[in-house]
Amino acid sequence: MDFPFLTLITFIPLVGVVIVALIPANREREIKWFSVVLSTIPLVLSIVMWALFDPGQGMQFAEEALWIPTLDVYYRMGVDGISLPLIFLTTLLTTLSLFYSAYTIKVRVKEFFALFLLLEMGMIGVFVALDLVLFYVFWEIGLVPMFLLIGIWGQPKDRPQYSAIKFFLYTLVGSVAMLLAFIGIYLTTGTWNILEIPMLGPLAGNPVLAVAGFWAIFLAFAIKVPMFPFHTWLPDAHTAAPTAGSVILAGVLLKLGGYGFIRILLPFFPDLFKQFAPFIGIIALISMIYGALVSMAQWDLKRLIAYSSVSHMGYFTLGLVAAAARLVAQDPILSSRAIALDGAILQMFNHGIITGGLFFLVGVIYERTHTRDLKAFGGLSAKLPIFYGVMLMTGLASLGLPGLAGFISEFLVFRGVFAIMPVYAIIGIIAIVLTAAYILWKIIQYVFLGEFSEEKWSAIFDREHWHFSLDMARFEIITMVPLLFFMLLVGIYPAPILAVINTASTALLSSLL
Amino acid sequence: MTLNHFLILLLPEITLTVAAFLVFILDMLVRGDEVRGSRLQWFAFLGVLLTLAATILVWPLAGASGLPISLDVGQGFGGDAAPMMVLDGLSLFFKLFTVLVLAIVVLSAGEYVRMHTRFRGEFYALVLLAGLSIMLASASTNLVMIYLSIEFLSITSYILTGYLRDDARSTEAAIKYFIYGAAASAVMLYGFSLLYGATGATGLVEIATALATGSVTLRWLIFPALVMVLAGLGFKIALVPFHQWSPDAYEGAPTPVTAFLSVGPKAAGFAVLIRFLIVALPAFQVNWSAVLAGVAIVTMSLGNLVALWQTNVKRLLAYSSIAQAGYMLIGLAALAPRADSWTTGLNGLLLYLFAYLFTNLGAFAVVIAVENRSGSANLPDFTGLLRRSPFLAVAMFVFLLSLIGIPPTGGFMGKLFVFGAAVQRQMILLAVVGVLNSVISVYYYYRIMQPMLFGQADGAEPIRVTPSMGLAVGVSLAMVLVIALYAEPFIRLATESAQVLAASF
Repeated sequence: MDFPFLTLITFIPLVGVVIVALIPANREREIKWFSVVLSTIPLVLSIVMWALFDPGQGMQFAEEALWIPTLDVYYRMGVDGISLPLIFLTTLLTTLSLFYSAYTIKVRVKEFFALFLLLEMGMIGVFVALDLVLFYVFWEIGLVPMFLLIGIWGQPKDRPQYSAIKFFLYTLVGSVAMLLAFIGIYLTTGTWNILEIPMLGPLAGNPVLAVAGFWAIFLAFAIKVPMFPFHTWLPDAHTAAPTAGSVILAGVLLKLGGYGFIRILLPFFPDLFKQFAPFIGIIALISMIYGALVSMAQWDLKRLIAYSSVSHMGYFTLGLVAAAARLVAQDPILSSRAIALDGAILQMFNHGIITGGLFFLVGVIYERTHTRDLKAFGGLSAKLPIFYGVMLMTGLASLGLPGLAGFISEFLVFRGVFAIMPVYAIIGIIAIVLTAAYILWKIIQYVFLGEFSEEKWSAIFDREHWHFSLDMARFEIITMVPLLFFMLLVGIYPAPILAVINTASTALLSSLL
Repeated sequence: MTLNHFLILLLPEITLTVAAFLVFILDMLVRGDEVRGSRLQWFAFLGVLLTLAATILVWPLAGASGLPISLDVGQGFGGDAAPMMVLDGLSLFFKLFTVLVLAIVVLSAGEYVRMHTRFRGEFYALVLLAGLSIMLASASTNLVMIYLSIEFLSITSYILTGYLRDDARSTEAAIKYFIYGAAASAVMLYGFSLLYGATGATGLVEIATALATGSVTLRWLIFPALVMVLAGLGFKIALVPFHQWSPDAYEGAPTPVTAFLSVGPKAAGFAVLIRFLIVALPAFQVNWSAVLAGVAIVTMSLGNLVALWQTNVKRLLAYSSIAQAGYMLIGLAALAPRADSWTTGLNGLLLYLFAYLFTNLGAFAVVIAVENRSGSANLPDFTGLLRRSPFLAVAMFVFLLSLIGIPPTGGFMGKLFVFGAAVQRQMILLAVVGVLNSVISVYYYYRIMQPMLFGQADGAEPIRVTPSMGLAVGVSLAMVLVIALYAEPFIRLATESAQVLAASF
């Protein structure tokens, strides 16, 4: 038996939950540092796994055991080039979030860290599960801790409980629809195996049910991604969530939906996906442009970034749609499809790094001032130069400046889409312009440029409760360094990560023909 | 069948009866007010454990096709020809079920009973006797026996509901329950008499045989009879539109009794309904399946929609349990005529019921614990429970998730099976209404979660959990999780218990 990487990565956080639950609640220091250290184990394991990963192969580190025999449910896990970067992203962002939270969370510490580790387990589980029931179980497990993180640790003025239950209800509507579709698929194919089902033609006998199943699963993932018009839970959830919660929400939870599209919906229903591709493409374009426009209209920094997620995940969807829109094997087309899909997957990874970073940076200013109102700031570049530099770089990565991560994935997406659906690409480009506008105009200009006013600043700066340095404190810098590193690395030398993604996406696309 | 054999087959029922009467007697013998309540509680618990042992003892005797329980004592008294009861998979399932219900109810009742009434022995004895009637009802194969055991259950339930006789609400609840119950039981009896008139038989198997041979001339009477019987059993299960008694009775009854009412009589109603429909009326499946599907839809929807507005947790859980019965009914409505599938509907119903037992009794145990401290069970009483008792709050949270059907909880497995049955029978509307209802239900379960998890308890004292209460909640919590994480034995239990009836098709 091989070393059970995936089981360990998935369940070590659960062990952490149990241990944290056993530590007395008043030993906050121990709880915090234990959680941070524990979360580095899955991180290290995922790095080791990446090092051992053979890009030439399909599913690796596979594990399989019968779980519920009468129901044919298996405990079945595996990793390929699509899930590997996302697992790494999850473990990295979790460790950084816990590290950051160790300094900033002051109430109900024990519950916070326990729930965060539970959340990590749910998220990783979704990325590694290869059995529909297992997938669904992890999918729902991740929902609960995030619901509590938003509800308990949200700022009272942001209506955290309303946001939490809205998040819960939206996600659950999609989940239960998906569950019915899964049951239907099992009844027609006789298996829950995610890799086998595409070959058995799920719901093939009944075209009406197949379409219903397609849209039921679509709904679940579209809500999670989120796609227009199912996105309205996102800004509320983001605004209310504590910083680390927002980071995970944007960095990983949205990817669960994207991953589901690639792992489940596309291979299960390639023909239907192709048939509906023009329509889904339009939804993607609306998400991109509408998200960017609404983003531009925000005066709340966190809401602005939340809406930018809607826009940026639209790029992902557009790339995915292009990959699904033509099911032909001709070489230039296949490579364009693969390029679009590569771009889409890389876009998920990059969005996790970049937007995760942006939410940390919102946390930086929010912890000092307890406001996110863009009009309250101004001229901070002189006062907080390091913060300015870091924010500028992250912002530029977000708007797709060449040399930084965002550019690579957006370029790949548009390169792929242009070859397959040129009109969509041309319209989609508008979103990039709008992104530049809200990043530079709204964030950079309103927060950092212009005249610094001591009066305005002292009105918002909370000296009493801020015990670290005025500019970015050491723990904040340490939190951001890995993210900045990956923005640069992927921007300058994306080959290693693309090699991993490309093999998987090419294999996936050729299997659809 | 010899007398010895006969007695062995009835061992669980006999043990339970003896235990109940010993509690009555001990109540008179044991002195000292403070210790008496707690001693009687543990004694009743011991009786339940012995009944469990007896159930396990008779388990292997049932065999694959079930064993009729009858005593040949000569002409005119039943005899081997017309057994009143049967020992089969289904009745064993409900014996086990009843034992578990009694165990958790008895464990969680202790402090409440000590606080609210001087008459403690009778309380435990009556609970045990109510359990006995569930066992009898689920094993009955004859209309007469069914009616008697259901009446027995009703009467013990009425007394238990009105147990706090100085409390106006408790008395009012009992009166309401009684009046509704009397009417419902009269209607059911009328249905039985129609069946008897049409077929000339009171045994379920004999009714089916008469219908199958085509010798029944008054065949059109069967459908009205079916609806009337459904009304009577629907009253026990609290299906819409026979549910109106339940919120008032649940709210007014002593909380441990509410806990019992939300699970015990429902299970008895389902046990009888299952046996009655599948054994006696398989030929009418088209009819009853359609009726049950409609009833399931209105039951789920009305239960959930009305629950949204409740502020009393007992009342809220009453409507919740109406809705839960609606989900279970899907399993029976979507009953699969063949037994080779993973979900026959029936096994889903039993699995759902089994998970619901621990979920709902666990939730009520937490309500009892909170009520013991604050004196009432309104939503604000749950404020800050996460601080006042993390154990109770986490357990309650898991129970509520299970009621919603979020994995990994038992409630999820139950829903997976009943919705699976509906999808399999292509009753898509039923399945869609079912899942939409589970989404709606989130909102009112959230209304309990909100004060419990997010609310700030200003200076509220911690809640001390008594050992018996801790055991009740702990076992329920563990079982809710185990049913999902190690589902195989429970699926097997449900499937094998359902198997014996599959032969009727």
